[in-house]
Parts: sequence; C-alpha cells; structure tokens
Amino acid sequence: MERPLTQHITFPPLGLRQYEAIGGYQAARKAIKHMQPAEVTALVKDSGMKGRGGAGFSTGMKWSFVPMNVPGPKYLICNADEMEPGTFKDRWLLEGNPHQLIEGMIVAAYAIQATESFVFLRWAYKTAAQEIRKAIQEAYDAGYLGRNILGTGYSLEMHLHTGVGRYMCGEETALLNSLEGKRATPRSKPPFPQVSGLFGKPTIVNNVETLSYIPHIVNKGADWFQKLSLTADGGTKIYGVSGRVKNPGAWELPMGITLRELLEEHAGGMQDGYSFKGVLPGGASTDFLVEEHMDVKLDFAGVAAAGSRLGTGTMIVLDDKTCPVGFVHNLEHFFAQESCGFCTPCREGLPWTEKLLWAIEQGNGRMKDIEILASQTKLLGPGNTFCALAPGAMEPLQSALKYFREDFERHIIEEGCPYNHHHHLHSTSHEHLHR
Amino acid sequence: MLSTAEKEQIEHEIGMVPVKKAACIEALKIVQHHRRWVSDEGIQDVAGILDMSPEEVDSVATFYNLIFRQPVGRHIILLCDSISCYVMGLNDLHEELVSLLGIQYGQTTDDGRFTLLPNPCLGTCDHAPALMVDNDLYRDLRPEAIADILEKYL
Repeated sequence: MERPLTQHITFPPLGLRQYEAIGGYQAARKAIKHMQPAEVTALVKDSGMKGRGGAGFSTGMKWSFVPMNVPGPKYLICNADEMEPGTFKDRWLLEGNPHQLIEGMIVAAYAIQATESFVFLRWAYKTAAQEIRKAIQEAYDAGYLGRNILGTGYSLEMHLHTGVGRYMCGEETALLNSLEGKRATPRSKPPFPQVSGLFGKPTIVNNVETLSYIPHIVNKGADWFQKLSLTADGGTKIYGVSGRVKNPGAWELPMGITLRELLEEHAGGMQDGYSFKGVLPGGASTDFLVEEHMDVKLDFAGVAAAGSRLGTGTMIVLDDKTCPVGFVHNLEHFFAQESCGFCTPCREGLPWTEKLLWAIEQGNGRMKDIEILASQTKLLGPGNTFCALAPGAMEPLQSALKYFREDFERHIIEEGCPYNHHHHLHSTSHEHLHR
Repeated sequence: MLSTAEKEQIEHEIGMVPVKKAACIEALKIVQHHRRWVSDEGIQDVAGILDMSPEEVDSVATFYNLIFRQPVGRHIILLCDSISCYVMGLNDLHEELVSLLGIQYGQTTDDGRFTLLPNPCLGTCDHAPALMVDNDLYRDLRPEAIADILEKYL
C-alpha cells in the first residue's frame, strides 16, 4: 500500500539534502521550470484533490478562482493552526517532514503566481516551529525560495507566523485578519479571499495535509492520485483515533476505508473493560456516528450520507464509561469560549447551551431543557450565524440528543450523573494499564 | 516605556508588513516576551509605536488566549481541557494540580512560581491526557507523574 504523504516522515525530519536524495524538490523543479501556472492548477483540479482541512472543497477549483492578471502581490498561506479538538494529524506532517510542506507551498504559490507565502502555525507546536524555521532557511540557501528561483525569474518569499491562540484563526478569513494583526473575526464572503484576501490582495489558504500532497500529484499525476483511493474522492487520507481504544494514533490509509476497519484493525478495538458507544468522525464539530455506522466508508460523501462529516478525519471515540452529557458539555464549553463574539446567536447561544448541559450533568436539569437544547441546535444552525463555528458546535449536540437521549433523561430523572460512580473504576483500570 | 530591545524588535516587525497596525500581534508578543505579561502600560507602549489607540490595541490583546493581561508566574502550566483529554483522565490531572499547587485555573502560586491555565486541545490526542509547562509538552500523563514534572521548574 502506498503512503506518499507519510512514508518519509522521521523524527527528527529529513534535512534538505536527505529530502532531495529521496526525490524531494523534483516537483518544484518540474512545475516551475517546465509547466505553466495554469497547467499546475489544471492538474490539481483533475486529480480531484479535496481540501484536507475539514470543508472538503476542490483544491484546484479554489486556485482557479484567483485572478491572474491583476497588479500587485498575491499570497499563499498554509493553515497550520490545527486547533479542532481531537485533531493531531497536521502536527505529524509538520514535525516529521517540513520540506514536503514547503515544496507543496512553492508549487501552489507558483500555480497562483504568489510572491509571498506564510505558514500560520499554532502557538503550541514548538517542535514544528523549530523544524519549519530550519527547513525554510535551508530552502532559501538552496535557491528554492527567494529571488529568481532555479534561474526561472520566479520569486517567492516564505515566512513563519506563530499564533497566540484562538480557534477562530482556523477559519480562513479570520486567519487573514489575524495575520493583519487584528482580532480574528471572520469576514463576510463575498468577496472571497481568492479575489480579496490578505491586505485586500488575492490569497489562497490551504491546509497542511492538502499542501503536503501537492508535490506527489505533480510528480505522479492525477490518475495515480485517484487510484490510491477506494472511492470517488481521490488519494490517501490521514485518519486518526483517540479515546479509549487499544492503540490510539494516526495512519495514512486509502480514502474510503470503513469506520470498522479503522477502529478495529488500526486502532486495535476498545480497551479491555470499555465498549464502543459512539464516535465523532472528524473533530469536535462533527455529528456522532454509532454502532450502526460501522460499515460507512470514510470519504466525504460516505460520512455525509451517514449524517455527519469527514471533517479532519481524526476521530474521538466515546466509550460506555464516559458520560455523553459530560462529553458534549466539554465540547460546548470549548465552543462557547472560542466564539469570537461577533454575531449574537453564537455569542449568546453557546454559553446558554453550555450552562444547560452543565445543569443537566449536575442533576439540576428539567425535561424542558432537552427541548430547549434541541431548539438551540436549530437557532444556532446553518444560515443563522455569520460563520460555521456555531453550526459546527451544534453537530455533536444534535446527534447526541438523537442517539443518547436516554442518557440525558436519566440525568434529569435521577437528579445526577449516572456515570459518576464509574469515576473510581476509571482511575483503577487506568493504573492497572500502566503498571 | 519600550526598552531598546523591544523597540528594535517591534521596528523589525513593522518593516515586514505593509501597514504599521499589522504588526500589532507581533508587538504584543515581543512585549510579553520581555515582561512576561502585558500591563496597561505595555498596551500604551504598543499603541504609541504603532500609531494606534490603546483601546484598539487592547481589543486585540484581550482577544487572544495567550496574551496575558494579568501578571503571571515564572512558569505557565497549560492543561489541555479538550475532549480527548477529558475522556482519558483530565479531571484526575486537574485535581492533582489543584491539590499540589493550591490554586485554581487563572491563579498564580503565592511564591510566583506557577500560573495554572486551561488550554484548548494541544493536538496530541493519541497521547492524552497532556499538558505543557512553558515550552515543554508532557503526554500520556497520570496524576502520579505531576509532582516530578513540577520539580523541574524553579
């Protein structure tokens, strides 16, 4: 099985010469020296590559919206502000193969004729910051960045920006505001960043995993990319699993493997003493999947058909000893805290949601609260808010109310959390595992 | 007043961007790096060099989780309070930290050694639960391991 994205990941990562020795920077040479920018964009479009940041939009299509004959700078930005709870895939690529990302950024920047590029990295990724900084310097020294790259006349600068912590920065227009030194509130669309982005100039924002794939598509072609996949969505994908499974981790696998295969074969199934109750398939802002969805194919269309989203492809497992109400309360606490406060439904609705869940978890809930929570999932849903944060926050809640309603009701009837007595069991079995 | 070093570093950042204001976050990071936190005076210093109003600088400073507008200790403990860590034993770690340090989230120990803060997902969920002390990441934690970790930070 081919694993183009991760086969050369090492810790510490390959330096520039080692990366070149395994074929690194061949795609950058090929694209810049032998292809027209529009050809690169067409190739990526033909491959069917869909953005790996969570939204799943066609990468080549996104690039094709950049107006090519406008004066002034254009920007290419790598969104490395990985902050979706339960998501740890980009860290692997950033720490393990920074040159692969930089090469992808060079090719992407060339395709849209950008002259400036940024890696927007989250604050907590200290090792990644060191490795990226070092790799950018090596790429400058070798002539892959800077003025007149490989003697072609094409020039590109690259900068590392480390953020100061706010989930909103992952939303591409909020990220642009943050790079401009402002509060990271989202911008209205249109105009789309492809036309008017950073400092009002045409800008492309792509995820780490998306950009890291670009060199391989340039080297091996669109057909090769499509054939890696088991389904219509091309390529391999980094899938991750966390929670009480035997072998939590991340794996590069063909797009479209089933949930069962991922959880049982790769994550090793549930830890002894725990059974599976549900899973968020793509980070905190996706709907739960449950036992009946075990044979769902994990691609964009497959997970959508099951009523959720592939999102980031990093799964969080809910086990039978963890309270679903406490679980969802933890998520809504996060979203309420990270709401930028710009639009009212999100700013006011998320703290309200969090408080209701806390009341239920503490045994102070009423049956009517369940109906209020259900109505919140509509009030904060798609179309009622300025950006996707609150609708995303409602996804795990609405599906928890659907699949785990009995748990919510038991909290209210029993005036407390029925899972509380498992707290000590937790500690004991945990100790046992590490002994 | 900005120190010579702060001024030089902020001016370098101003040189990197098309408009002065765009250096606001970098300037706040620089001030925090030198002073550990950003006081009202720090806000005014940044406003002065960037030709912004202090209110506008403060609106940026208070937006971001990791710009500190209150004094902090010599070491910052960021406990990941997101979902995978919650499932894997966050509450036990939190209890241990609170009992060892005698402080709650947002507080600093009397000797000025530690500030304890919750932090959204640290992106190491396959090794949950996790925390950071300053620039160091600790993973696969059990409550029993906390005391030894804290020992390293004086």
